[in-house]
Parts: sequence; C-alpha cells; structure tokens
Amino acid sequence: MSESTLHILNRGPNQPELLQHLLDALSEGDEIILIEDGIYWASEHFAGRFQLAQPLILGADAQARGLTNLCGETVDDAGFVDLCVKHRRSVSWC
Amino acid sequence: MNSFLIISRCAPYGSAAAREALELALACALFDREVAILLLDDAVYQLLPDHNPSAIGQKNLAAMQQSLPLYDVDKIFICQSSLETRGLVTEALALPVTPVDSQGLKALMRGYEAVINV
Amino acid sequence: MKFTLLIQSAPIDSQSSATALRFARALLSKGHEIERLFFYRSGVQSANRLALAPQDETNLPADWQQLISEFELDAVVCIAAAIRRGVVNATETARYGVEGDNLLENAELSGLGQLVAACAASDRVVTFGGGA
Repeated sequence: MSESTLHILNRGPNQPELLQHLLDALSEGDEIILIEDGIYWASEHFAGRFQLAQPLILGADAQARGLTNLCGETVDDAGFVDLCVKHRRSVSWC
Repeated sequence: MNSFLIISRCAPYGSAAAREALELALACALFDREVAILLLDDAVYQLLPDHNPSAIGQKNLAAMQQSLPLYDVDKIFICQSSLETRGLVTEALALPVTPVDSQGLKALMRGYEAVINV
Repeated sequence: MKFTLLIQSAPIDSQSSATALRFARALLSKGHEIERLFFYRSGVQSANRLALAPQDETNLPADWQQLISEFELDAVVCIAAAIRRGVVNATETARYGVEGDNLLENAELSGLGQLVAACAASDRVVTFGGGA
C-alpha cells in the first residue's frame, strides 16, 4: 500500500491560500482532485500552477458549473472513491 | 487509522471552528491516539496570549489550550509563512510550537494516518 | 475497504453534505463498507429532520435518512455540536426542559470518541466540508 496522499480541494480562486497550502503539502506520488468550487482551478488560466501533479476533476461539479476546456481528466463519483482507495490518506483542503 | 493530524485554519471566537478543532484533538488524546495539531493561516492567532472573551459571551479558548499538555498533546505545528505574513513570532505565542515550512508540511502529511481539516 | 465519512458543513450553506452523500452511495455500489457516518460542526444540520424542501428541490436530511435506513448504516451526530445548533432528540430536550425534537431517525447523538473509534476501525477516513 502506497504512503501517498489524495488532496481534495473544494474551494476556488476566492481562497488562493488554500491551493498554496495544498501545493506546499504535495509530495511525489500524491494526487489532487478538484471538487465543488475547486473545479475552477482546472480552467486553462490556472494551468501553470500544477507542476508536480495534474489535478483530476470531479465531472459532475464541472458540468454543473458549465466549465469546459478543462485542464485535467474528469472522474465520476466511482472514480473519486477509487482515488480514496488508492491513496493511504486523503486531506480535504477546505 | 490511529494517528491524527488535526488542521485548523481559523481564528478563535469569530466562529466555533477553532474550538471544535481543539475538541477533536483532545478527544483523540483522551482515547489514547497519537495526535498532533497544525495551525495554518488565521489559526495562528489562536495562540496569542491574554484572551479575554467575557465581553463577547464566549468561553476562553486558552483554558482548553492549557489542557493540551495535560493530555500529552505536545506536538503543535504552526505554518511559518502564516506567522510571517501576520507579523508574529513563535516566542510571542502561548504554547511551545514547531514552525513548519513547505518541506515540513510534506513530512507532516506523511506522518499521520488520518489528516482532518476541521 | 471500510470507510469513515466525516461531514462538517450544513446542507444549503455548502455543497459538501450533498457531495458526501453521493460519495457514500458510490462507495457502497463498489462493494466497500461504511464503518460510520459522523456529522460534526455545522454538518449536524444534515441530521435535522425538520429541514423541509419544496417539491422540486432536494431534501438532503431526508436523503441521508433514506441512505442510512436502506443500508442500515451507523450514523452518529456529535452531541456537543448538535445541541448547540438545535439538532436534538427527545432525551436532550427533556434534559434541558424544552419541547420538541428533530434528529433523524436511525441517527444517534454521541461524542467525538465515536469518530475516533470509527477511524481506528477504518481503512479510509474522508472529510467533507469544514474549515472557514
């Protein structure tokens, strides 16, 4: 079992310090999933922020918000569960 | 999952967030689990000394903080950049803390089985 | 795997409780187990039976009730957080000498020790909501 972490971000550009903490806390092998208002970070405009790990995006939340041209792969709810299984722990940056 | 990192990001008294984070940390300790606290952003203000919330009708958070060492909760980590952007230094705080930078933050994440941002 | 889900934000004021419910359904569909649902902070409002919704809107406490009953889940609502926010059962209202109760059926008011114990018995702990 890997010692990696899934970072879950549910807030958008209104709280840039949250993304910064997440990025500071990210280790190699970790993954990021953007959910709820966090999906706005997947806009092309913010693509440069994610060096170590390209975020995954909860599809239902992107679809709800009409965000297209996403930088990153979408996952469904089952995929979100799989990510939590894959990583030793999750951290919700909220 | 038997070791806990409790993260708090909120200042005291403006909401219940700070108190409820401390309560969870104390509950972990009471049930003999390894627990550490990480203070980020405005949560660093929780450790300013000389709280006096009587005029706003709240219980003093300091009393709960002082019980942390009694339950052997002595690992209190604080975000170095959060301190600096607020013009604070560790020496001015009410409890001994360990400042962490980005490297420290990565290590902290990996050191605990459950990381809960309260 | 066994999951503990920690829900810390209220319905309506945050999407997190709804996200948690969808996640719970998805993990059960995949054959995983829920060791415990634990409602803390404003998340206790997810267990308020008296939250009502117009016909064309989702009623999240009712949906949580449905999930808990359907899968016979262990749902604990933090008593300290709940009573302060007006989510109460008959035992607590009697204790405080007031009328009424609104806790979801099949949910239990209890302490944070239940969260700690659930985490000890779980492979994964996922938090929804909380923070500022």
